[in-house]
Amino acid sequence: MTPWLLLGPALLLTVVIVLVPALQTLWMSLHGVVLFRPRLQPFVGVDNYTAALTDPVFWQSLLTSLIWVVCAVGLQFLLGLGAALLLNRRFRWRGLARALIVVPWALPSVIIGLIWTWMLDFNLGLINALGLRLGLLADPIPFLSQPRTALAAVILAVVWQGFPFFAVTLLAGLQAIPPEQYEAAALDGAGSWSQFWHVTLPGLAAVMATALLLRMIWVANSLDLILVMTGGGPGTATQTLPLHAFLTAWSGGNYGQGSALAVILTVLLLGVVVTYLARRTA
Amino acid sequence: MNKRLRLLLGTELPIAALLLFALFPWAWMVLASVRPEADLTQTPIRLLPSALTLANHIELLGRTSFADNMRDSLVVAAGAVLLGLALALPAAYAFSRFRFPGRSALLVQFLAINMFPVVMLILPLFILFRQFGLLDTYLALIAGHATFTLPFAIWLLTSYVDGIPRDLDSAAAIDGATRWQQMRLVILPLTLPGLVAVGIYLFISSWNEYLFALMLAGRHVRTVTVALQSFIGENQIQWALLMAGGTLVALPAVVLFLLVQRQLVGGLTGGAVKG
Repeated sequence: MTPWLLLGPALLLTVVIVLVPALQTLWMSLHGVVLFRPRLQPFVGVDNYTAALTDPVFWQSLLTSLIWVVCAVGLQFLLGLGAALLLNRRFRWRGLARALIVVPWALPSVIIGLIWTWMLDFNLGLINALGLRLGLLADPIPFLSQPRTALAAVILAVVWQGFPFFAVTLLAGLQAIPPEQYEAAALDGAGSWSQFWHVTLPGLAAVMATALLLRMIWVANSLDLILVMTGGGPGTATQTLPLHAFLTAWSGGNYGQGSALAVILTVLLLGVVVTYLARRTA
Repeated sequence: MNKRLRLLLGTELPIAALLLFALFPWAWMVLASVRPEADLTQTPIRLLPSALTLANHIELLGRTSFADNMRDSLVVAAGAVLLGLALALPAAYAFSRFRFPGRSALLVQFLAINMFPVVMLILPLFILFRQFGLLDTYLALIAGHATFTLPFAIWLLTSYVDGIPRDLDSAAAIDGATRWQQMRLVILPLTLPGLVAVGIYLFISSWNEYLFALMLAGRHVRTVTVALQSFIGENQIQWALLMAGGTLVALPAVVLFLLVQRQLVGGLTGGAVKG
């Protein structure tokens, strides 16, 4: 029995569901594929790419994507790191706290989108109601329907969803640091801040790097939360690159250009990952 | 006493605040699902429930198609678990027990799947499934969900199989067991805890998934996530039903996740801690 026989089924499904469609998207990105003209699909070279790149919406989506990824991953990371450091300390209900912190991570994106859409609602949302009652707000804020606050609102929701991921992975990383290192540092007279800087952070570096990379890829690709909460709006205020590709293909019916956008997104991500891996092995 | 106070202020209080942040939105939804609808739709909103009732849940399950949606989600998730495990376990065994040309490239290739934006694949998949008449069927969603969770499943199971001493394989081989018998009689029973953990992970992923379920199905096969989204109707959002649905859908995901949390985190960080 060869390993290929064992790997065969998994490979076959992967080829059918991932590889072939990916190549097909590449093909479509080079052809004029439009919803209302299904029979005629001429080769158009890089026209779809030129059209995509000269569209100001593309650059705006790219910027939105950048803000979305940096803010979402950065805040998730900081909050998760804080939680991990606290959960690594000794206190009586530690086990319970460690278990319950993961709840947001377990929920479907759709439900997270619904919860936050509701909490941020203009009329019925708890946040506006509390803000008014406590005198923090003079008038309710339409968080999701004004461009200035919509992106911050969806970032809040994705931070809530994702920070437990960092909390539990970084906690596992913390637990893998040998206690002797802290004892040695303490003997050398290192205070708690110095211990954090010289023992904790280097000890966590590998886990942090992997967790950040995985999360970055996930956040950069994910569009369900935004789709549920704002659909990319108001206007294009929360339209990230994958959502722009999705809407161009499905709502716009321009499969060719949508495919080109998807390819651009993939190449950008691939670039980040390759750079990251190259620097790590260097 | 001083030490106790420091623990309280420096550790327990911040943790309590974090937990409040993590749990409150979810708890607020669960509470909303058992309040009368009027509580949710009046302005200014009532902060405290005027009464507790199961009316929303009863209406949801009795008067909408939500029970059918839950059945669809269950069938898809169960199918994705079975298909995913059936594909991932042999692959994990191959990665663990064989050294062959292209092994590491393949391992990386499986991880690379997760990098592909779903938007890049969804359109051709739609066309492909339509050609074979698979659009809007259980099979389409099962295949899609199983494939996208395959990398992590293979990764996790490989480390489980790696944990089984090869001496056991050799001992079985000396006793005359074929490869197939070794897999079935030695590896399978010993990876059972791993299979349960990975199976639960596959279940939650499929149960929670939205985009595939929306694009590749949605009429005959309508999963709970798609159904919930549709309650945000054209004219008015039915908050009470939404909250009841959200509560019911979140329940299995949360309970199952708490069960396998430790194994999943071990699998996620295993590679990073070792490397």
